[in-house]
This record gives sequence, C-alpha cells and structure tokens, in this order.
Amino acid sequence: MTGKTLYDKLWDAHVVRTDEEGTSLIYIDRHLVHEVTSPQAFEGLRLAGRKPWRTDTVLATPDHNVPTTDRSRGIEDPIARTQVETLDANVAEFGITYFPMGDVRQGIVHVIGPEEGATLPGMTVVCGDSHTSTHGAFGALAHGIGTSEVEHVLATGCLVQKKSRNMLVSVDGKVGPGVTAKDIVLAIIGELGTAGGTGYAIEFGGEAIRDLSVEGRMTICNMAIEAGARAGMVAVDDKTIDYVKGRPYSPQGEQWERAVAAWQDLKSDDDAEFDRVVHIDVTQIAPQVSWGTSPEMVVGIDAKIPDPGEESDEVKAGGMRRALEYMGLEANTPITDIAIDKAFIGSCTNSRIEDLREAAAVAKGRKKADSVKLALVVPGSGLVKKQAEEEGLDRIFLDAGFEWREPGCSMCLAMNADRLEPGERCASTSNRNFEGRQGRGSRTHLVSPAMAAAAAIAGHFVDIRDFG
Amino acid sequence: MEKFEQLTGLVAPLDRANVDTDAIIPKQFLKSIKRTGFGPNLFDEWRYLDHGEPGMDNSQRPLNPEFVLNRPRYQGASILLARQNFGCGSSREHAPWALLDYGFRVIIAPSFADIFFNNCFKNGILPIVLPEATVDTLFRETEAKEGYRLTVDLAAQRITTPSGEVFEFEVDASRKHCLLEGLDDIGLTLQHVDEIRAYEQRRRQEAPWLF
Ligand code: SF4
Repeated sequence: MTGKTLYDKLWDAHVVRTDEEGTSLIYIDRHLVHEVTSPQAFEGLRLAGRKPWRTDTVLATPDHNVPTTDRSRGIEDPIARTQVETLDANVAEFGITYFPMGDVRQGIVHVIGPEEGATLPGMTVVCGDSHTSTHGAFGALAHGIGTSEVEHVLATGCLVQKKSRNMLVSVDGKVGPGVTAKDIVLAIIGELGTAGGTGYAIEFGGEAIRDLSVEGRMTICNMAIEAGARAGMVAVDDKTIDYVKGRPYSPQGEQWERAVAAWQDLKSDDDAEFDRVVHIDVTQIAPQVSWGTSPEMVVGIDAKIPDPGEESDEVKAGGMRRALEYMGLEANTPITDIAIDKAFIGSCTNSRIEDLREAAAVAKGRKKADSVKLALVVPGSGLVKKQAEEEGLDRIFLDAGFEWREPGCSMCLAMNADRLEPGERCASTSNRNFEGRQGRGSRTHLVSPAMAAAAAIAGHFVDIRDFG
Repeated sequence: MEKFEQLTGLVAPLDRANVDTDAIIPKQFLKSIKRTGFGPNLFDEWRYLDHGEPGMDNSQRPLNPEFVLNRPRYQGASILLARQNFGCGSSREHAPWALLDYGFRVIIAPSFADIFFNNCFKNGILPIVLPEATVDTLFRETEAKEGYRLTVDLAAQRITTPSGEVFEFEVDASRKHCLLEGLDDIGLTLQHVDEIRAYEQRRRQEAPWLF
C-alpha cells in the first residue's frame, strides 16, 4: 500500500461519513467568522430556529469594513456600521467568542487565528473567506466557504465536501537575497496560472519552504487560492510547534505533550503519491511584480512587460491586451520604469510582524518620494500593531512619511475609506490585482513588503537587491 | 432554495476569461446584510459608466452601451455563457446571489473556480462545464443569431440548441438531487446527527485538545 499525503491524513481524520457517490461530511474544528459573509448565515439560523452546533469552535472579529483611522467616533459609513453592529448582535445572541473593534486582539481573521493559537496543526479550519487557505501553513486543512456553508457549519459542525486531488509544489534550492515568501508564491502562480490548482489541495514542500519561517509559509498558503486551489498546506516541523506553543488557545501541560506527539505525523509519507507534482527552482526567482489584472500576470523586477503580440493563444493575448489597457501600460516597458501613486503594506498576505519588520528595514532613515501621495501601513491585528510599536517600527514608518493605521483589511479590498482613486497606481502587498479591487479604476501591482516600501521611497519600482 | 428542473432561456455571451467575483459584484455592495437585491449591481463596474454605491437609484445611472448585457438583444437572458475560470477570486456568495437576482439560472463555461461553483448549487443556479470547443460553438451561434435560446434539462443532463443539437453534461448526483428537489442541505446533514456525535466521541479520545 502506498503512503498517504498530508492532505489524505487530514481528510481521513475528519470524515464523519461518506455516501455512495463519494460526497463526505467533514468535521470542522475551527470556524472563523467576520462581518461581511456571516449576517445572512445567522439570519438563516434564526429563521430555521437552529442553534450553533458548538459555540466553542467559533471565533469572530470584524475586519473587512472597519476604519483604520481614529476609531473613537465609530464607523461613519452607515451601511458598514450596520453590518458590524449586526455581527455584534449576532455573536451576543448566539454566545460566540468575539474580538470587537477596540479589543487589542481584533484584526484580520487570518492573522488572529494563528496569533491566538486558535489555528492548530491537524485541524480543519473554515471561514467565509477565500484566504482561509492561510491556516494551512500549520499542517491544517483550511479553506474558504460561502455563506450557505457558513450557516451549514454553524448549524451542524460539519461541511459537505468532495475530496480534492493531491498536488505537490516543491520549491527547491536556497532563496537568493531580496527574495521573500511573497515573491516565491507570485512566481508559483505565474507558473501554474490562476486556474492551475483548481480541484487540487496543494502541499507546498521542498527546501525553500522548509527554510521559510511560519509567517512566510502563511504568506505562501494565503495565495494558494490565487492559483485556484481552495486549500494550501505545509507539513508540520519544529518551527510550527514552536510557533503555536504558549498561545492563548494552544493546549497546555499534559495535553500539549499529547498534541505535539500527534502532530509529528502531519507530513506526507515518503512513498505518498501525488496526482500532480510541480518543481520550482527558487534560485531562478527574482523579486516579483504583477503587471496585469490577474495574479498570474507577474514577472521579475528585472524583466519587461510582456508583449501580447508574442502570445500564440488568442484568448490569452486578448486578456493581456485588455489588462494592459486597464493598467495604462505598454508592452516591453521595463518594470523599473513604472511610477506609483500610492503604496499599501498590509492584508492577510503581508501584515504580520515579520512583514512590517522587512518594510521598516527598507524605510529606515529614508523618506517617501514626494510624487507618492500615500504610503499606508496597516498591521494585521491589534497585537501585531502593539508589538511593532514596542519595536519602534511605527516611528520608522512615520519618520519616513508613511502612515501608521489601525488593523483591518483596509486597502486590500477597499471596502472602508482606504482606496485608490480612478487611474491611481499602487504597489501593494495584498493578494489580488483584479480590476477595481482597490477602488474603481484602481491599478494594483502585487509585491513583497520590502519592494512596496522601496517603491514608495523611489517613486517607482526598484530592484530591492540594488537598493542598498 | 428554488428548484431547478428544466429551463428554456435566452443566452447572453460574456466573452472574457477569468471573470472574478470582484467584477461580478464589487465590494461596496457586500455591506448589505440581505441575500437579495444584488441584481441591479451585477457587473456594476462594467455595466454603468459612473461609480456605483449602495442606495443609489440604479435606473437613473448611465449605462455602458458597450457592455454585452446592456445590448437590447440580450435583455431577459437567463443563461450566461462564459469563458474559463469563471467566478475566480473571493468566496463571496453575493456573486451567485447577484446573478440569480438578475435572472440567470444557468451558467455555461469550460471551467469554474471551486468555491463559486459550489456556491451556485446552494442557490438554485446550475453551473455547467462543457468542453472548450463546445463553448466556442455556443459563443459563435449565440452571437450569430439574435434570440438564441437553449433548453437545459437537468434530469436528463442535456442541453438542446435551437437546431436540435444535443450536448450532454456531467453533474454530481447529490448536487443534482438537491437542485431538482430544491433541498436545503442543512436538513439533510442533520439526518446524520448520530454519526456526527459518534465521530465527536471518538475524536475526543484521540485529540482531546480540540474539545
Ligand atoms: S486582507 Fe484582503 S484578502 Fe485578506 S481577508 Fe481581508 S479583504 Fe480578504
């Protein structure tokens, strides 16, 4: 018998039942909830007279809609305010643990789950948010669900699922200087395409992934969805265990010992077979910059904008032309010639302490270019913010002319007041460069935190490797 | 959920790959706490020339004459023809809610993003995957002939064109059953309460830190 992949193990450990056609009920260990995708689910429970199956698995916080500026006046936008107040009322009614606006533990769901130890190895984690794949970095099976499924998990503790196929993305070799987890994952998406992972659960492995910190692995898994995979994951090792140790929700004492023993097995067996294996040579990866309106439209900083004239696939070439037009760019322009209007450092991809340290190291002792209207730094949670302030990172950013804000999703999706004006171009550490993502007519270039900070200082994209 | 059995409807072609959920329903409309009313803002940024915000009177906004759904010949369409990786991006169920509210009950594409695909079934929308070449044919025929309608029969898993050509499609048996009957799958899952409890009991022994 061949061995099992990590995904097989996580799946098998959570199957409650499987019907004749192979559709399973999967038990859910952790359910994260935010204000945007939950109101209709709670309403559904109420209308059906149902109660949550287990309230102790659920953790809620507002993140998408909250302001990042002074919060003493509450939320100005009345519709956004209603949505957050609806969450306030729902968690109170159903007895769910809640980190409201104003609590130091409030933040982006995918940042606070791991931070609290609410995300643990071997768990199934769901949230009404596609970037739930982030939590796979802990050797967990984590994926985004729709609002009907949020209601289903609340009501039954389970999710109806079909098993995905197994894909291994092996990132081999040692990373070069200036190349971060963000660059690796952008390069992977460039290689696989945005639909390359559809139908698969992706395990990220190889030397470069093992070498990454747990936070770096979160950045990688976060963007698995941008390659079309609902779930991304990384095997458990000592770094994972050190990371979760001693956090508020982590097991303690004798339970901790038992848990750690069980977690040792959360890796693919040596003889496990994957349906697809992709090798990426990390030594060939330069710092990445996306140029178009899909995360697969990405190149190295030392490259030029690709030419649709050289693309043989007509649908693809058409997509490239449309993207260039939307982005206001010409084929064959060197990436370093592209000037930016704003920079955004934040989002569930890159708003943890290590990300802020990387950006601050670049900003230290320098000044934002005058041509750059705004360089926005938004920590992923209140606790990240606090720690950054203890380390003096806020001062570094403020001295460089960057803005230092309250935690939330902010300009990643621009549901609150933080957004780009039509035609504005942004160096952004977020995960999606779709048309209109950061505001109507917005032009987003996805980059690492260091590259975003460097672009804010230079006024255009620069190769972080030459930015001494 | 409304049942889906059979439908004969006008087809609208949306000839772009990787249509994402931000395009289907932009984020400013996700502030709503309801499931309905998203139809007028479906594809908002492509459909109107101005910037849309919740609460606006959409009937007064300037339409983009270039956008396919605004062309008179596609008014009343209930079948959307799309390209690969339709519905990529976020998990927002507001995307199928908006499509449904607009009047689409069927979406045909060579491939869909996983979460979106799943969300369709929960809302009485039938997403159909057909081979790229077949989708190409349908695009050609739809664009060539005004008033082009398809008949979609879920029970038989067949699509029939006006000329009588038939395309068969695959659909998962349990999803088909739920759609045909208009079933709420929470009710179905709760029929297995004993098995869920038994799982929990077993799991509590193996991994007590999860309880
Ligand atoms: S930071 Fe962006 S991607 Fe992450 S949860 Fe918030 S809106 Fe979604």
